[in-house]
Amino acid sequence: MTTTPDELGERAEKELDRQKTFRERLHCCTAAGCQSCGGDAVKAGLKQRVKDAGLEAQVEVVGTGCMGLCSKGPLVKRESDDALFLEVKPDDAQALVEASPSLSLESRRVDMKTHPFFAGQLRIVLANAGKVDPERVESYLAAGGYSALAQALTTMKPGDVVAEVTKAGLRGRGGAGYPTGVKWQLVAKQVNETKYVVCNADEGDPGAFMDRSVLEGDPHRVLEGMAIAGYAVGANHGYVYVRGEYALAISRLQTAIKQAEKEGILGARVLDTNFRFQVEIRIGAGAFVCGEETALLNSIEGKRGEPRPRPPYPPEQGLWQKPTLINNVETFANIAPIISRGSAWFSNIGTEKSKGTKVFAVAGKTKHSGLVEVAMGTPVRQIVTQMAGGIAGGGKVKAIQTGGPSGGCVPEHLLDVPVDYESLVAVGSMMGSGGMIVMDETTSMVEIARYFMEFCMDESCGKCVPCRTGTVQMHTLLQKFCDNEATEADLDLLKKLADLLRATSLCGLGQSAPNPVMTALRYFPHEFAACMKPAAKGVHS
Amino acid sequence: MGTTAPTVKDNRVKLLERAMSRQGYASHALIEVLHTAQELFGYLSVDLLKDVAKKLKLPPSRVLGVATFYNFFSLKPKAEHTALVCTGTACYVAGAKDLLEASEHRCKRALAKGETPKLTVQQARCIGSCGLAPAVVLDGGILPRVTKAELEKKLDDLGV
Amino acid sequence: MSVKTLTIDGKMMTGVEGDTVFTVAFHNQVQIPRLCHLGGVPDVGACRMCLVEVEGRSKLSASCMTTIEEGMVVRTDTEQLREYRKLLMELLLAEGNHVCSVCVSNGNCELQDLATHLGVDHVRVPYRHPRREVDLSHERFGLDQNRCIACTRCVRTCDEVEGAHVWDMAGRGEKLHLVADLGEPWGNSENCTKCGKCVQVCPTGALFTKGSAVGEMEKDRSFLKYIVYGRERHQWVKKP
Repeated sequence: MTTTPDELGERAEKELDRQKTFRERLHCCTAAGCQSCGGDAVKAGLKQRVKDAGLEAQVEVVGTGCMGLCSKGPLVKRESDDALFLEVKPDDAQALVEASPSLSLESRRVDMKTHPFFAGQLRIVLANAGKVDPERVESYLAAGGYSALAQALTTMKPGDVVAEVTKAGLRGRGGAGYPTGVKWQLVAKQVNETKYVVCNADEGDPGAFMDRSVLEGDPHRVLEGMAIAGYAVGANHGYVYVRGEYALAISRLQTAIKQAEKEGILGARVLDTNFRFQVEIRIGAGAFVCGEETALLNSIEGKRGEPRPRPPYPPEQGLWQKPTLINNVETFANIAPIISRGSAWFSNIGTEKSKGTKVFAVAGKTKHSGLVEVAMGTPVRQIVTQMAGGIAGGGKVKAIQTGGPSGGCVPEHLLDVPVDYESLVAVGSMMGSGGMIVMDETTSMVEIARYFMEFCMDESCGKCVPCRTGTVQMHTLLQKFCDNEATEADLDLLKKLADLLRATSLCGLGQSAPNPVMTALRYFPHEFAACMKPAAKGVHS
Repeated sequence: MGTTAPTVKDNRVKLLERAMSRQGYASHALIEVLHTAQELFGYLSVDLLKDVAKKLKLPPSRVLGVATFYNFFSLKPKAEHTALVCTGTACYVAGAKDLLEASEHRCKRALAKGETPKLTVQQARCIGSCGLAPAVVLDGGILPRVTKAELEKKLDDLGV
Repeated sequence: MSVKTLTIDGKMMTGVEGDTVFTVAFHNQVQIPRLCHLGGVPDVGACRMCLVEVEGRSKLSASCMTTIEEGMVVRTDTEQLREYRKLLMELLLAEGNHVCSVCVSNGNCELQDLATHLGVDHVRVPYRHPRREVDLSHERFGLDQNRCIACTRCVRTCDEVEGAHVWDMAGRGEKLHLVADLGEPWGNSENCTKCGKCVQVCPTGALFTKGSAVGEMEKDRSFLKYIVYGRERHQWVKKP
């Protein structure tokens, strides 16, 4: 089947008209977070109730992507008045479906416009969360889906697309923040018949689940971004490399690819043009290092996920030595809005050097946890105290951790730091992929440093000497601190090893492995001093 | 090797063969094939790896290298029940260590008695359910915000 | 092929496009320390001993994997590099069980030589004392995992030069180890041609000829030169 760009609009209209026939549409979150606390039962319960009450023509129950407030799931959104209901149980079905008054349900109702968790957010990447059914392509079309792809294919030259992305100022959302447009340009200028577009969905940082939510909630958005990228750089083949742990995301993505192929949105003639683009899924098998782009390429090729030395960089020699564009899920999810709404709109959001928004997965000791999307430049404090509601039970925030095992901690007194790439690096942490773990006064920073070093030690591929053996030695030293057995000499050695790993490791995993230790030492030196052997304590101070 | 050797005429051998042929016996499909093999047989025995190496025309040591690189692949059979304890940061600060110890204690207890443990304990780097920390995936079903006592009870119910 | 001029340690040198910094330095009598590099087989940049400073680059570069550029300024022997190499060596010595006094390669060991060269007189990190295996199942050769530094020279030589690919690395991180075929005893390997090339390229006493006594294992790599020479000129490929 083929779909022309004009038919795309008609399909969207048709779906919108269909949706308007319902008096009420109830959106049930079907992302993994809500699913694991009974979201499926709630959805089934609502559907059953609709059927029993004979309201099939008036009320529609739809599944949708992650709405963000994961700690209060299962969530259900009522479309007519944008009311969000928390911790919904199958018993609430009657009240929701028949709009009958229920005091219990009312007490769990929040207004998304005023609730502090949602009020300060700006949703671009997550715009479709709570609106689109990830399992139906029509639903995505109705929300304006694939119109950006149609626009790019019919009104823009590949070079224009690259220029637009460059002008938007979008930077890679996977961690380091490399300008996306520059990367696209590098691949576009390579002369080669075969090029690849790879979507890095190997979200490995513990405490980060943004990409999973996007894949589960809006898989077509990612595919659209990839197809636009393929057109822009001249690639006809795309791979999505997804973590094996994300079963639901994999299945949603498979469904989405099948639907898009069936509709002629992906395949030999994309939207009835001469552009060919196919997407395949590759499933990871549990190796954090595969988030590193060259290791990921080795893994797609069916090899051990060991990083390759760079240069050559993937835009020149990537997958099977061909020019390869690698971006992560959130980066691709930003593409369609940039094309539809223009680079000027996008570059107006955020700070001078960091444009647009960033999705954070806030978790840890906070009152609320879940996904928030904020404009770049938003102070971390606003996310932690306003949106996440501070520490559950009213404790004091001690520090937050961003960037996972490659990032670092930001102490409470620096929480006014704005979220942008440079500011976070300046305080010793990094943007990372967007995990934000909040720690309170009861958390030992030495123990957290040890935890991250253990992580790096276990996940080191072992190829290069400093990372393979250095992480083991650093972990041993940190364990000594945890056991109150450390000496001044140990502290000195720890710093020397940290410097060695940073300077000599082959890939980002080893180079950044000392970061959590270094920031902990920088901001909480007294905690390390307190962990030294009684005899050694005097020497420090 | 074990009872799951591919020489045993069963349907799983056929299914694995089909998975390989669907990939055109391409050597770069090794990880996909190992995924399928583990799904079918529960673990990757030496005989299975040998068969895969032969069919995909790969050196056996390379197949072993890949199979031992990734955490997902298990070269030993799993016990009747599995507890996957998430030790991601959010779960860790919420007490995943206690949950892990509680689960591992079951295995140690069985081993001390000279029995084969009925539980395989695995650690996940992060299952991405940080909003529900700490989380344990017991036999495929997730236990959100689980306490040590709750987990102990679940394990008791399973008789492990 | 164009000729490029660069400066290494203050001296002007020339090389051909595609040459690595390591090779150009080597041909000009500047010996950059290395363990995993082996002329004739592809480089992997794993040991990090040959890291050098390249002006204008914020990160250190592995000289075995860095191709030369016109006007490049390289420093191979700074105070900082010496300190890094020393600590890397200490990490390696602490990782395995390297006991020179009982080793077949004592006196003919690249690890030992480099440690001496770097002035490593003690090891600051604690020894790991891992429990590793010795495989004496092969009729001619032995493998002592205690002395393996995971440089993968044997893996690459067996694959690229002999074409047998008996060896590969299994596991990861600290558990990274050398395996023959499916991890069976080396002697049972169906793919091993018993050529012994892996033994000759091994920088330590990890792979050795059976029957060697302490210090007797001398390695002869002359074969590599001839094979690589022939291969580069396609001497055994039938010309179409």
